Amino acid sequence: MKERIEVCLSGAGGQGLILAGIILAEAAGIYEGKEVVQTQSYGPEARGGASRSEVVISEGFIDYPKVTKSDILLVLTQDACDKYISKLSQDGILIADSSTVKDVPALSAKTYRAPISKIAQEKLGNKLVINTISLGIIAGLTHLVSLESLRQAVLNRIRPRVREINEKALLLGYEIAQKMKLEKN
Amino acid sequence: MNKSLDNIKLLQGNEACVQGALLAGVRFFAGYPITPSSEIAEGMAYYLPKLGGKFVQMEDEIASMAAIIGASIGGLKSLTATSGPGFTLKQENLGYAIINEIPCVIVNAQRGGPSTGLPTKPAQGDMMQARWGTHGDHSIIALAPSTVDEVFWLTIKAVNFSEKYRTPVILLLDEVIAHMREKVIIPEPEEIEIINRKKPTVPPEEYLPFKPDQDGIPPMANFGEGYRYHFTGLIHNQKGFPTSNPQEIDWHLRHIYNKIKQNAKNITLYQRHFLDDAKIALIAYGSVARAAERVVKLAREQGIKTGLLKLLTIWPFPEEELSRLANQVELMLVPEMNLGQIVLEVERVVRGKCQVISYNRVDGELINPEEILLKIQEEIEK
Repeated sequence: MKERIEVCLSGAGGQGLILAGIILAEAAGIYEGKEVVQTQSYGPEARGGASRSEVVISEGFIDYPKVTKSDILLVLTQDACDKYISKLSQDGILIADSSTVKDVPALSAKTYRAPISKIAQEKLGNKLVINTISLGIIAGLTHLVSLESLRQAVLNRIRPRVREINEKALLLGYEIAQKMKLEKN
Repeated sequence: MNKSLDNIKLLQGNEACVQGALLAGVRFFAGYPITPSSEIAEGMAYYLPKLGGKFVQMEDEIASMAAIIGASIGGLKSLTATSGPGFTLKQENLGYAIINEIPCVIVNAQRGGPSTGLPTKPAQGDMMQARWGTHGDHSIIALAPSTVDEVFWLTIKAVNFSEKYRTPVILLLDEVIAHMREKVIIPEPEEIEIINRKKPTVPPEEYLPFKPDQDGIPPMANFGEGYRYHFTGLIHNQKGFPTSNPQEIDWHLRHIYNKIKQNAKNITLYQRHFLDDAKIALIAYGSVARAAERVVKLAREQGIKTGLLKLLTIWPFPEEELSRLANQVELMLVPEMNLGQIVLEVERVVRGKCQVISYNRVDGELINPEEILLKIQEEIEK
């Protein structure tokens, strides 16, 4: 693992990206003992518009807490894609929800597309879990954190009533990642 | 790591402030919610009732400041939290707490100003207001953490300093530190040093509420426990009653000023990073210090001997350490999210012994390491 990994989760307000950032930070920080910082853009954007949550993960002390170049960029809306694509590092991984992001600039060789919100609706009957599915995809594509750490962090942060569907969403995301990897090869 | 997972928490700066305050013994909070400090009020409202403490959402910031003063006089460790607009409103009562030597902590999670300014964006524009916002000669203690873990520990320090020196203490956060989440290892209560205000050792009839002990600090009885005394915003004598006696006036002013100045060595906290062989020193605090730490690394990779003096205590200003450093380095660079406030203090202390330059950003964005590095490179090429 690189000394410092910068993750940017972006989309629209209400998609649960800040919670996803917190869960990712807890999975890496609490359950895997790494250093983590989670920040978010916060402002008028919180009511719709582009929204983002940033997580920096490192083996050692994290000095600058914000993302300067994303190693992993998740885009769940076209708006977010247009806004944050320039922050993607040259060999960074781009994950796009192809049901909402139609125009994905092929800036990186590691560009992955999947209709995340469509799959969420079809397989789980609920679009609200696209944040958790996305975390499963990140775990499946990158091994940044293990699926088990993510599962523990999800169970710890999420209300009991929606735990089951989020556990399923996490696994679903992991499977989507395996498929995307096969398609790439 | 020998700590159990239960003790390791991913906390927001504001949440860490709440945890630190509660462990330090704060049992009273009065406030009026304001971004980016509201999570402090939220946390206090959740935890204080469970601990037998009191949370009051007041009608405004002025009343909040008055309420924590009253609670402290009654014997409870008290804290309020606000941001720029509220901090402005608190200045009058802050002066009242200073002149009456009342321990309390005011958290100011700084946002862009003046006036309503930029509610959700970071700034460091209240550094001088923390020092001189209330009128008249006085001393103050102000601390500025730059990590969530430091928020936790410096909140405890702030409460301890306020109790030890009978003074209001200001904790200066900024929006980045207030809202960012990092790991904090919550210690066991017995691992934390807790300081409680000194109580009188004399019988009530002999008690003079503003007569200092040898250490310069007067013991403080809780109001209502049998020690009669009087509070006023007027300059007062050791009994607490107004005075126009020049000797008593002079003594009182110098007393509230000197009790902090004389203890400055124990109050000024800072961290030295790679300064031993440095020719260039960055002087930074709050979230900007995080960018500065990265700059030290980047500059050294290019062979530029750079170090960082990270200020944790802003007031009293760490004059001694800066003065020493001025004899060693050729250049001091002070990056701030304001138009140059602490740099003025640096210039005052350095007295021309080395070059001092400022780097400022006031667009609501955290200064990034690359722009500071660029500034250093420009200076070197001059």
